[in-house]
Amino acid sequence: MLGIARQKMLEQSSKKIRPAVSMLRNYSSAAKEMTVRTALNSALDEEMSADSKVFLMGEEVGEYQGAYKITKGLLDKYGPERVLDTPITEAGFTGIAVGAAYYGLKPVVEFMTFNFSMQAIDHIINSAAKSNYMSAGQISVPIVFRGPNGAAAGVGAQHSQCYAAWYATCPGLKVLTPYNSEDARGLLKAAIRDPDPVVFLENELLYGESFPISDEVLDSSFCLPIGKAKIERKGKHVTIAAYSKMVGYSLKAAEILEKDGIDAEVINLRSIRPLDRSTINDSVRKTNRLVTVEEAFPQHGVGAEICACVVEESFAYLDAPVERIAGADVPMPYAANLERMAVPQVEDIVRAAKRACYRSVP
Amino acid sequence: MPTLLSAWFNSHQPNLHPPSFYSLSLFRSSHPPPSPNPTLAMALSRFASSSRSGSLLKPLSSAISLRRPISTDTTPITLETSVPFTAHQCEAPSRTVQTSANELLTFFRDMALMRRMEIAADSLYKAKLIRGFCHLYDGQEAVAVGMEAALTKKDCIITAYRDHCTFMARGGTLLEVFAELMGRQAGCSRGKGGSMHFYKKDSNFYGGHGIVGAQVPLGCGLAFAQKYSKDEAVTFALYGDGAANQGQLFEALNISALWDLPAILVCENNHYGMGTAEWRAAKSPAYYKRGDYAPGLKVDGMDVLAVKQACTFAKEHALKNGPIILEMDTYRYHGHSMSDPGSTYRTRDEITGVRQERDPIERIRKLILSHDLATEKELKDIEKEVRKEVDDAIAQAKENPVPESSELFTNVYAKGLGVESFGADRKEVRATLP
Repeated sequence: MLGIARQKMLEQSSKKIRPAVSMLRNYSSAAKEMTVRTALNSALDEEMSADSKVFLMGEEVGEYQGAYKITKGLLDKYGPERVLDTPITEAGFTGIAVGAAYYGLKPVVEFMTFNFSMQAIDHIINSAAKSNYMSAGQISVPIVFRGPNGAAAGVGAQHSQCYAAWYATCPGLKVLTPYNSEDARGLLKAAIRDPDPVVFLENELLYGESFPISDEVLDSSFCLPIGKAKIERKGKHVTIAAYSKMVGYSLKAAEILEKDGIDAEVINLRSIRPLDRSTINDSVRKTNRLVTVEEAFPQHGVGAEICACVVEESFAYLDAPVERIAGADVPMPYAANLERMAVPQVEDIVRAAKRACYRSVP
Repeated sequence: MPTLLSAWFNSHQPNLHPPSFYSLSLFRSSHPPPSPNPTLAMALSRFASSSRSGSLLKPLSSAISLRRPISTDTTPITLETSVPFTAHQCEAPSRTVQTSANELLTFFRDMALMRRMEIAADSLYKAKLIRGFCHLYDGQEAVAVGMEAALTKKDCIITAYRDHCTFMARGGTLLEVFAELMGRQAGCSRGKGGSMHFYKKDSNFYGGHGIVGAQVPLGCGLAFAQKYSKDEAVTFALYGDGAANQGQLFEALNISALWDLPAILVCENNHYGMGTAEWRAAKSPAYYKRGDYAPGLKVDGMDVLAVKQACTFAKEHALKNGPIILEMDTYRYHGHSMSDPGSTYRTRDEITGVRQERDPIERIRKLILSHDLATEKELKDIEKEVRKEVDDAIAQAKENPVPESSELFTNVYAKGLGVESFGADRKEVRATLP
């Protein structure tokens, strides 16, 4: 397992990696880098190796090596009994995976994108999420549903929706949104080991991105706690809370804001359910200003929940109304210029942060 | 007469007739069983009920104790099912079945208990002690009982919302049933599930599902896990004629056939999906054929021996060859649920007709009586016993407390991670999930 990781890292380090010099400040032993794709692959590999009950199921996960190559090499290593190619029947194979989890196995189900999970959503919600409660603890469901979520590039309305808010509504589910390679490894390993159903929302555009990674993260026992957000960048003037790809945008926005004397604190939520309300509130109590950022549709979204929880718990600390940056309230268009308008850009986050700091007219 | 009596003493069998008169071998439907010898029967029952005990009566009374209501006699009795099986893509099993007095009496008792339980649930619902949904199984008892007789507890069963009797067949208790229906702590799901969410994991009973058809892929998943774990056991996934048209069923069947999963899909065809008759819902109501490439068997679901035979056959088949469909031709006396009178889409004549001609309990009663495995009085005593058991369980359930308020927040997760959850007013009611 470690061997594959090292091999992949050697491959990566020979290529030019994205500069992000300021980010290196946060990683002490930042000599190695790893793509998110490799991080996910290595996490799956290690967990399958450690526990024979873990198996993979999904479209093209086996012989095709994964639609996005996340499961590359795993069929060869673990065989067709543990890496199962399914027909294009989400409702059927998701139900089968949940049934296997009822019996005590640990399935990792891949949705080619989470848009297709809607065909199986009854099994995720009614068969998986609620079973432990309805059975008063008799039937627990140790399953992971993973796959790319949210906007990609030019894939149009039916292939671009973010489902974080939908799944995070439901008690009984855990919903995770990794950003970088450390998140990808640590959260996926934690998700597979967790006895509850976990919805693991990746991002297609992040798969190829490389991030520095420490030795600790490379260890096969490395796990991140579920339900804890991470302060990616400490600051004191405004809190920017984001998940997945928007964390990267928020960090870029923070660099720009720094030049204008605004020191932004960027929170990588990592976990949408459970939501780390205490980290968010602690941060807002320090900075007194909040911007939430998400790629998803704005109404009833993650930003709305964060705003509500901050208003409920830290109202007296707010010096400005909460600002909310989200995807446009329209189905995703195809034309590149319209698509650019439909998802948040770095300048949107900068503008919102300035508004929150009363540096621009609201 | 004395010759008969001594033969009877010596044989230790619950059989009042000498071998020449009544054969224990194969029964053809053209030879109806002979009626019991009335004089002897009357004589013995008089001895049985007599409170006088003299030395003359002693041998007889001890002999009578050999003929207990729940007979422990396991001597094989060979019978035929009511109708032969109809097969699709496979060879039908024989309609000749092996049973015993013990088994038949157990079947009678179990089905009588289920019948009584469901009728009692009807009254409790009307008394508003049971709320929400209540889907009753009376009429279909033979499927639950016959299936259980063919299985072990290593085999899995999953069904839909008409699950009270299946739960009982898997080893559930009456108290667990009534307490759950009334939302009390002693319920099998501690009051948190309700009628549609009975589970018994230690008997491999996985519910209890409210979403029509969802239980079929789940059942195929259980079969997958059994195969993965090399358990040499099978899963029976039950569904109704209404659910038989669900797409996910065919998706799951396709995968099960591709992967050779030991899954048996059992269509409990009671001919009505809620208020819609099968011919209005299914272009092809031959549910046992709907598996296309998957073999199927049509079974008289009101004949517990046929059900047992079919399930035994299916289990063997599935372990070797992958999925198979069983269509149980059955009937529910109640409506779809307690909100449905059940008479707007079918005639009362039809319901009484089935009750008279095909009732599963009556069939076993006739079988027991015609083979002299018990007297009518003994069977009536069983029914009285069963009624008392049910009444006692209801009384106990009524005394049982409702769940503690803290139970609102338990079991949301198997591992709550110390996360916070909220009541309706989150400033008033918060809890930390363990």
